[in-house]
Amino acid sequence: MASLTAALQSSVGRKILTGITGIFLVIFLVVHLAGNLTLFAPDQGESFNLYAQFLHDLGPLLWIAEIILVVLFLLHAYIGISIYLRRKKARPENYHLYKSQGGPSKQNFASKSMAVTGVVLLIFVVLHILHFKYQAFSPETYYTTINGEEVKDLTRHVVEAFQNIWVVLAYTFVMLMVGVHLKHGVWSAFISLGAGNPKKTAVLYTIGTIVAVLLSLGFLFIPIYIYLNGGV
Amino acid sequence: MSNNETMSLTLKIWRQKNQNTKGFFEEHKMDDVNPHMSFLEMLDLLNEHLMQDQKEPIEFDHDCREGICGSCNLVINGVAHGPEMRTAACQLHMRKFNDGDTITIEPWRAEAFPMIKDLVVDRSAFDRIMSAGGYVSVGTGNAPDANAIPIPKQQADQAMDYAVCIGCGACVASCPNSSASLFTGAKISQFANLPQGEPERKRRVVAMVEQMEKEGFGDCSNYAECEAVCPVGISISAIAEMRREYMKALI
Repeated sequence: MASLTAALQSSVGRKILTGITGIFLVIFLVVHLAGNLTLFAPDQGESFNLYAQFLHDLGPLLWIAEIILVVLFLLHAYIGISIYLRRKKARPENYHLYKSQGGPSKQNFASKSMAVTGVVLLIFVVLHILHFKYQAFSPETYYTTINGEEVKDLTRHVVEAFQNIWVVLAYTFVMLMVGVHLKHGVWSAFISLGAGNPKKTAVLYTIGTIVAVLLSLGFLFIPIYIYLNGGV
Repeated sequence: MSNNETMSLTLKIWRQKNQNTKGFFEEHKMDDVNPHMSFLEMLDLLNEHLMQDQKEPIEFDHDCREGICGSCNLVINGVAHGPEMRTAACQLHMRKFNDGDTITIEPWRAEAFPMIKDLVVDRSAFDRIMSAGGYVSVGTGNAPDANAIPIPKQQADQAMDYAVCIGCGACVASCPNSSASLFTGAKISQFANLPQGEPERKRRVVAMVEQMEKEGFGDCSNYAECEAVCPVGISISAIAEMRREYMKALI
């Protein structure tokens, strides 16, 4: 019997790891979206600022969560890219004419662009963290007072960021890429983790598409609404 | 189309002397194709013409010609086994094409299936995956009583759905990554669904997955193109089951 580390490096092990990390990243997105939607609580963004302050006050717990997220993200990206790069080796001479048979095939724009959308998301995450966590593109920090306590006014930071049409367009593009990536990704995670009997595969694909559309729309709503509305 | 009408076709066929030479497309025009011929009978006819003209016939694999041996391996117009779903190339008929069509024929392309000649590739990698674990240990001697081990109908049917794999390799040929996961998954799953497969269950999945990788097949990205071209319609759930078996083997 192979050791666990050797097993996880096998072709099946790699897919299991991609699936597990992918599922956790989707769960992170759901939590992230839920947190972001506190922007629209009817209190001029106070809930969002309190939410941000709550996360900040977690201290070491937050660091641990952040480290886990970075590891999940990098592992997912590393395996995905290496799988993509291996295909050339497995078929040195390509077909001169290649077509999908259609039917149950899941070869479509989403599945064929996984590597591209994945790299877009990888670059985006770095820029997004610089943008909102480290305020690299707008160094001014705003403060507000909630219940007599001075906290960072991240709501204002977000609102000002999404007054710039280019920022809104960039986020819109990336959030669509999130949807495209998840359309194949969620389904793929199910199959990689062994879900489904022959009669359920179509249902799993539909579930994947629904998750992709909901998350994509949820994240799209934020910049577009703030831009059009001029605030939260 | 009536029985007496013949079709005219232009065939672009891959020719390659061996692994060490470069391949190329050779064009042949045919105007005596009967629409009721199978795809392989059409190639037979072309070869007869070639031999009459003292030219070298085109090598292609075939055996039973009734869709159960898994020998035929043609990528027809970019699709493994051609345009008709759940049909091996030998069961594909020329009436599925139109008079005047140009048909491109290529061999299976994968590092793990080395070129032998023209449209024939070496698929013994599949045999080595089977040798790694695709068997059950049984005591030799008289055949056991057919109903000695009761198996629920549903489970027997599920095992059969995977056991129908004819090992043709279309799954590999059509996979953008050249993965052999559907083949290996089907072979593992047919045993995983039967009590006879129990003794070697854990060893089998690890050994077969390992051998699959050693042969140089690519990774699976769950495109499910394999299911779409499989002449016997094996579901991608075979791949999901292989992963389930693999996880069980680790625990």
